[in-house]
Amino acid sequence: MALTDLVLQQLVNGLVLGSFYALVALGYTMVFGVVKLLNFAHGEVYMVGGFAGFVVLSVVSGALGSGWTAVAFSMVLAMIGVGFLGVVIQRIAYQPMLSAPRLSILITALAVSLVLQNSILGATGGRYVPFGADLGFGGINLGNLFISHNQIILVGTAGVLMLSLELFISRTQYGRAMRAVSIDKDMCRLMGIDVNRVIAVTFFLGSGLAAAAGTMAGAYYGSLWYFMGFLIGLKAFTAAVIGGIGSIPGAMLGGLILGLLESFGTMIPGVGSAWKDVFSFSILILVLVFKPTGLLGKSEQERM
Amino acid sequence: MIERSPVHSPLGRLQGVWDNPAYRWPLIFGLLALMVVAPHVLGPYATVILTNALLYVVLALGLNVVVGYAGLLDLGYAAFFAVGAYTIGIVHHVYGLDFWLTLPIAVLAAAGAGIIIGSPTLRLRSDYLAIVTLGFGEIVRFSARNLSITGGASGISGIERPWIFGWEMRSSMDFYYVFCVLAVLAVIASLRVADSRLGRAWLYVRHDEDAAEAMGIDRVKVKLAAYVIGAIYGSIAGAFFAVNLGAISPESFSFQQSVLILMAVILGGMGKVPGVILGAFIVILAPELLRDVGELRLLVFAAGLLLIMLFRPKGIWPSQGR
Repeated sequence: MALTDLVLQQLVNGLVLGSFYALVALGYTMVFGVVKLLNFAHGEVYMVGGFAGFVVLSVVSGALGSGWTAVAFSMVLAMIGVGFLGVVIQRIAYQPMLSAPRLSILITALAVSLVLQNSILGATGGRYVPFGADLGFGGINLGNLFISHNQIILVGTAGVLMLSLELFISRTQYGRAMRAVSIDKDMCRLMGIDVNRVIAVTFFLGSGLAAAAGTMAGAYYGSLWYFMGFLIGLKAFTAAVIGGIGSIPGAMLGGLILGLLESFGTMIPGVGSAWKDVFSFSILILVLVFKPTGLLGKSEQERM
Repeated sequence: MIERSPVHSPLGRLQGVWDNPAYRWPLIFGLLALMVVAPHVLGPYATVILTNALLYVVLALGLNVVVGYAGLLDLGYAAFFAVGAYTIGIVHHVYGLDFWLTLPIAVLAAAGAGIIIGSPTLRLRSDYLAIVTLGFGEIVRFSARNLSITGGASGISGIERPWIFGWEMRSSMDFYYVFCVLAVLAVIASLRVADSRLGRAWLYVRHDEDAAEAMGIDRVKVKLAAYVIGAIYGSIAGAFFAVNLGAISPESFSFQQSVLILMAVILGGMGKVPGVILGAFIVILAPELLRDVGELRLLVFAAGLLLIMLFRPKGIWPSQGR
């Protein structure tokens, strides 16, 4: 295989990986934009989303089979269900803590993520769970380059979801309210905006997108694991920071950049796949050190 | 110190007894005597568990300097524990340098790692530090698993036991007493540093960072000091952990390990030495008492942690307001 083919193949892999990162990164960045909270539990929400999709799929596979129709149906139901889970988490764990010291909120978020992770650990016994989707292996050959149908559908779905989010935020009443709340919460209250409801909508959307990514990851990679949210949570956070935390186009851009960096990183001699996680964490640390506002983020004066 | 403990609850009464100097010293001597005789009364299995609890006391007191005193969340504390253990594993075992000469190297390595990770990130928002420490913890564990000098996934085994005054520490009883001494030293150091100029600076920064800075406290330097002191505690605990077990592997230093140490700090009450000791014993002894729970012990702890944060945010044995 020529080098250009290898580069193109890694480009495709990077796009797929980047779509997952971008979808999860959106949740971090939206919640951060509206409540200035780093939602540690977000990676676990992605994981729970994968399992929710799995549960729906195993219920409906009798009627719909286990192809893309069934997966799409499971994905939508998982998005709605996990969206509400996100709202519940916000109401129970974060709402009472919003005026508490930052350390307490961080610890509460950590506790929520551990509760989610260990509940699934208890339910699955720590084993890998086969997702049970049957998507086939078809694809398109472009010279030496092979792109599977699954990769196209996956990147396409991620693109549609991100576009709808962008339209929601720029065109609808709630989207405008979200943008306003992220600028000045108290002023929004005075203007008659139901801030708590806007925050709930934000958590719903962020968690729903994570669930979409979780279901697609389950269908694409074929199995689920209780610990799968940990690494992707960390990496999606990296993506959000690269793009500039709080910025929605930034999260999409950051996700794609990280996915591409990671898939090309494995081509660097000496990095390889064994070191790819170390590679992404190093990127996180370097970005935080040299450009903590990210590519599209606004610099803001923040009290610690 | 202002008496603020609620005397109506049993624990509050216990805290009242503790805060009274007339009872405190007899209580301390009683506890020390109990520590000395415990392994002879309880048998070899309990000795191993108690040794583990004492190791956690040292680790939790170290993390308490970072979380409780300076108010920074560190989610990768096991990394410093790993640096200590692997320095012993490599320099002492592979290159054959004496344990007592390797120990300072381990401490320096951990302090160096603390400065490298801490100095760029401590300037940023405190939640960035939490996530960077999380990443750092994973980098250390991945490196230990992938490098050949650290023995890869199987780790390093057959680490020699250290000699002290011509006597080799060998039995589990020997190590129990070694960890007793370490824990007592860690307690004394924690109490002293909390009362020092640096300790007061942490208190100030924790309560109002801007006011502290306005009073001339260099917040980055003060936080870095806490981070490095925490790293030193972790590396010493790691060094003795390595020679006690004789074998180390990357999985001993996972994210779960960092979380357990953090739970020991928070469950008992961050910032207060007796609370942290209580937390360390809860984290180690509870799984022994809750055998049936098995794998779900972390779920029980996590749910407990969530409830404590929501309803008793200062921990079971909180720091007294001062």
